[in-house]
Amino acid sequence: MDRRIRRLGIALVLLFGLLFAQLAYVQVFAADGIRNNDADAQRQIIAEYKVQRGAILTRDLVAVAASVKAAPKADYLYRRTYPLGPLYAAITGYYSRVYGRSSLEQAMNSYLAGDAPELAASNLTDLVLGRTKKGASVVTTIDSRLQAAAQAALGTLPGAVVAIDPRTGDLMAMVANPSYDPDSLSSGTSEQMRAAWAKLNTDPDKPLLSRAKDELYLPGSTFKTITASAALENGYGPESRWPNPHQLDLPLTNGTLENFGNELCSNGAKTVTMAEAFRQSCNVTFAEIGLALGPEKLQAQAQAYGFCPTDPRVSSACIENTIPFVIPFQTGRFPIPAYFERNDPLLAFSAIGLDNVLTNPMQMALVASAIANKGTEMQPRLVREIRAPDNSVIKEFPPQAYGQPISQDSARTLRTMMISVVDNGTGYSARIPGVTVAGKTGTATNGPGNPPNAWFIAFAPAGTGEVPRIAVAVIVLDGGDLGNEATGGRVAAPIAAEVIDACLNRGACPS
Amino acid sequence: MSAVAGRIKTPRTRTGLGLLALALIVSVGAFALAGLGLHGRVPKQLTVYAVVLVAGFVGAWLVMRWTARDADPVLLPVAAILGGLGIAMLYRIMVDRGDPQIWVDQAVWLFVGLAAFVATLLLIRDDRQLDAYTYTIGLAGVILLLLPVVPGIGYEINGARLWARVGPLSFQPAEFGKILIVIFLASYLASKRELLASGVGRLGMPRAKDLGPLALAWGASLAVLFLERDLGASLLFFGVFVVMLWVASGRAGYLVVGAILFAAGAWVGFVAFAHVQARVDYWLHALDPSKVLGLGYFQLAQGWFAMASGGLVGTGLGQGSPTLIPYVGSDFIFAAFGEELGMIGAAAILLLFVVLIGRGLRIAMERTDAFGKLLATGITTILALQTFAIVAGVTRLIPLTGVPLPLVSYGGSSRVATFVMLALLVRISSGPWERRRG
Repeated sequence: MDRRIRRLGIALVLLFGLLFAQLAYVQVFAADGIRNNDADAQRQIIAEYKVQRGAILTRDLVAVAASVKAAPKADYLYRRTYPLGPLYAAITGYYSRVYGRSSLEQAMNSYLAGDAPELAASNLTDLVLGRTKKGASVVTTIDSRLQAAAQAALGTLPGAVVAIDPRTGDLMAMVANPSYDPDSLSSGTSEQMRAAWAKLNTDPDKPLLSRAKDELYLPGSTFKTITASAALENGYGPESRWPNPHQLDLPLTNGTLENFGNELCSNGAKTVTMAEAFRQSCNVTFAEIGLALGPEKLQAQAQAYGFCPTDPRVSSACIENTIPFVIPFQTGRFPIPAYFERNDPLLAFSAIGLDNVLTNPMQMALVASAIANKGTEMQPRLVREIRAPDNSVIKEFPPQAYGQPISQDSARTLRTMMISVVDNGTGYSARIPGVTVAGKTGTATNGPGNPPNAWFIAFAPAGTGEVPRIAVAVIVLDGGDLGNEATGGRVAAPIAAEVIDACLNRGACPS
Repeated sequence: MSAVAGRIKTPRTRTGLGLLALALIVSVGAFALAGLGLHGRVPKQLTVYAVVLVAGFVGAWLVMRWTARDADPVLLPVAAILGGLGIAMLYRIMVDRGDPQIWVDQAVWLFVGLAAFVATLLLIRDDRQLDAYTYTIGLAGVILLLLPVVPGIGYEINGARLWARVGPLSFQPAEFGKILIVIFLASYLASKRELLASGVGRLGMPRAKDLGPLALAWGASLAVLFLERDLGASLLFFGVFVVMLWVASGRAGYLVVGAILFAAGAWVGFVAFAHVQARVDYWLHALDPSKVLGLGYFQLAQGWFAMASGGLVGTGLGQGSPTLIPYVGSDFIFAAFGEELGMIGAAAILLLFVVLIGRGLRIAMERTDAFGKLLATGITTILALQTFAIVAGVTRLIPLTGVPLPLVSYGGSSRVATFVMLALLVRISSGPWERRRG
């Protein structure tokens, strides 16, 4: 019998061996996957709310998201607050125990929650000393003064403003109307959060999507900067001359392409130079340029600036992704050459930023930045550095170049062309005394019967020998307060000028 | 003449007392840490609890030394540490849930268990006393098993008819019934093993007429399942019976036939009972997003989440969220340990059970008589299978059968019954209590 009892012992030990193996599987090998299961949300958030989550700060160290001690009897130790609410919503995102995280709250979660490997030492100290685990702070590139100035300039008009430092790609300001208050999704009872969520999601203005970077619009004439870039890169100088009919008969169709307001360009001269057409924003000329360049060159130029290739016959989705960014960002869109095959009219309209060319202020600010930065486009940067709870910098995110969409020479030429737009062209209302501003207007149709969307992109200081410190893109939707009378020059340019003025003359951005 | 004569005695005493001291320190320490983790201060009952716990176990130890001089020195310390950890965790869970009375009750049951341990040692002076009443004990066991079915006495909780109420006292008679059944089997098989040992063929397939007892046990197990809807107990009885039959007869054929009958029984149970089918579905689809919010699935999923969030080293006692698991104090207490003590702590608890099993089987081997061997083997097998069933159920190795984790989880009857089984093992290991005369 002893032999069998021994065998029984071996069998039982083997049986328990299965338990040890299963335990190791559940608790160690598969643990991460199991923990991240959606059904485990309660435990994940309880765990996170035990941590004093790090703050999200502007470049000048104003807290735009912070964790504060919750009321003594609350379920959770800490509460997330957004002191400036809607002004920074698209940047911070929300941190909700019902709806999870978005934007920087999501992208930087491992730092904010204190789980990043760089924080291991600090976590260990907290553990040993029995202190609450603290998350790291995220220092952004946003300047609180410029952000405030941009919001003041935009006022309550529907639209968005983006300001970028062309030298580094630093996003200095990004505002959009409408916005939402992240507090409404991040604190209060679950019922309150659910009500707020339902309201935000049924709002036809879609306040959870930022008009600065999440939505896409026709760029209109601001796209002429890109068509002009392609021309300059392909041997057409600023003084190249182009036929100047007041409307272009489009091949293969009965349709025509007209100048804005069906006006004559250069008082009806027989030909017009590219520079002159740019200053006056002549649609016919740039349609001709686009047709002369062909779809491949125009598409390649747009992609070099970051417009991803799409096939609009299928969808507006990017076939290939272009500009990386830390939070969700819809880059511009330009159709693949195959889309224009045997269809020149579409190419003509695309060359002036219509048809299926799409963009947003963030993308257009990057285009202006590249021209301002001698043709080198910097990757947009929103996070400068991570600071440990003791305020030491534990990680830096250095500026990175995205590419060189145009040569230095072309950039210089285009800059001159853009200066004349503001000096004595369609963008004259962006003039600032004592500052050389380079810009381009755009007035994009917005569906039949709707007032147009007004655009302006600019950078400054743009004088000879000056290094531009700010590039701005402004969109005002549905004509803003001017309705059908709206143009980029009248509605959007003054807003851009105010932001540039705040930056350069009122010290609202870093030198 | 003791069956275990000739051992060196003094080191055993010293080892045992040292282990007991360690076990009590761990138990009281865990209790204090649970309070610290939960509220940042030690529980206000700490001193009282520590004094009573130490007094209880040291008292039991002294009685054991007096009534069973050559007793195995490891069993009581292991029982102390498992019981102590169980109370610490129940304190942590029940205080967190706002039911502090429950942990106090369970602590009281722990001491009732110790009293039962002492009483068993005092009452059963020689285990061979039990061998004399084979059929009386067997009958008593069956009566206890069937008690919950008797109208007016038995009643149902959570779909299983496991409870009996006699006067003010309600308990799970099967917990005690299973001890009597094991004693009966040991006694019966010890006397019939010669007869059962002859077989046919190389594996020793049992002759048809020897299949009677096996068929009877199988029928009884199914009866438990049908009448009481207690899947866990049913499997346990049958498993123990087959193992004891094999150990007694030495014929692997019983294992083969047993396995076939087990499979058939499992099939019958699956087909006949919606709740068995449900258990299998919970097990297979616990994390299925479309089902996970259903209670049965949710419980298993939460158990996994708890253990996964504990990781290797755990959150620390009182610092996890085990109360998110439904029925965490009873079926799922092991998952709570996994969460708060990590894989290391959970594995340590399993190892303690392995030690218990090892000692139990060793006690069996050290006996020279068949009854003692079979009784020790049977008791050990019951503890082993029960532990395996609940831990494997909680970790989703097999479908969940709601049996208690011996000594650790919520349940007065189980706690007391386990102490009685340990007392029997102690008695088997020490041999008869011979009082000095004069």
